[in-house]
Amino acid sequence: MRDAAIWTVIVVVGAGTFLIRFSFIGLLGDRRLPPWAGRLLAFVPVAVMPGLVAPMVVWPAATEGELDAPRLVAALAALAIGAATRSMLAAIAGGMGALYLGLWALD
Amino acid sequence: MRVSPSRAAYLRGLRDSIPFMVVIVPFALLFGQAAAEAGWSLAQIMGMSIGVIAGAAQFIALQLLSENAPVLIVIVTALAVNLRMAMYSASMAAHVGGAALWQRALLAYVLVDQTYGVAIHRFALPPPMTPAEKLGYFFGAATAVCGPWYLASYAGAVAGAAIPAGFAIDFAVPITFIAIVAPALRRPAHLAAAVVSVAAALALARMPFGLGLLVAAGLAMLTGAGVEMALERRR
Repeated sequence: MRDAAIWTVIVVVGAGTFLIRFSFIGLLGDRRLPPWAGRLLAFVPVAVMPGLVAPMVVWPAATEGELDAPRLVAALAALAIGAATRSMLAAIAGGMGALYLGLWALD
Repeated sequence: MRVSPSRAAYLRGLRDSIPFMVVIVPFALLFGQAAAEAGWSLAQIMGMSIGVIAGAAQFIALQLLSENAPVLIVIVTALAVNLRMAMYSASMAAHVGGAALWQRALLAYVLVDQTYGVAIHRFALPPPMTPAEKLGYFFGAATAVCGPWYLASYAGAVAGAAIPAGFAIDFAVPITFIAIVAPALRRPAHLAAAVVSVAAALALARMPFGLGLLVAAGLAMLTGAGVEMALERRR
């Protein structure tokens, strides 16, 4: 059942993602995206990912949903470092560094 | 029109994209590791990394499936995140529209954030490239981006189970998402969208079937576009 769910997601998301990528290159040719659609699409990542992350930060699974200081601080550190440096890698390194520091300090 | 990709341009695209490995490798390692941890088989992990090649959507699917969200919601959310690639497709069509169908299909398959970003930047620089050079350049970039993506996914899936629990690797997934989004937050419209996304997702967390995230994302997109238009009008 779970296996079937995973495979369904893999196949459908794979095929759907290919069709999205192929849309204009292969099917619609030189037609342009309407400006309003382009404007909305530009905000997709920043509209989906923060909402996906927020519950994971505020109610972490590892602490059974209890707000956890090291994890909260780590998330804020990744956010601040990412915004300041514009480097995804620096944000990951800083966030995980802050997490280990916090977990170690509270140990 | 028959176009055979230029070899020199292929090598240039490959070389220009090698720095991306610094981002691609850890990201793919983490995906392989996190999916193995969640109980995915090696075939499923590689099926996802080869069939989808889109880091954010892969992590979203993994996370939502772990939360036992309904399959339809997982699919809609993952595809929604990948809709941005329709923009890439529209902008690439102008450059490679004359290539053979199979070449365009292959190009579409490897049209990811990094290959698009490096290629569209290069295509705009003088001197103008021929269609053959553009194709070659793009496939060179794709080789440097997608090859490491597959290999590091595999390495993460195989070696990842050896990472002990003390490393709190559970939290690497949210940290990675934050790291993807944070660099964009310096722009006011993007910041506004992110704030609405967080507030609405938390407020709507109890909505059934994971619908809260989709509603939050819709509100955040409208907010971002609205703020951007208001700022443009003021200028």
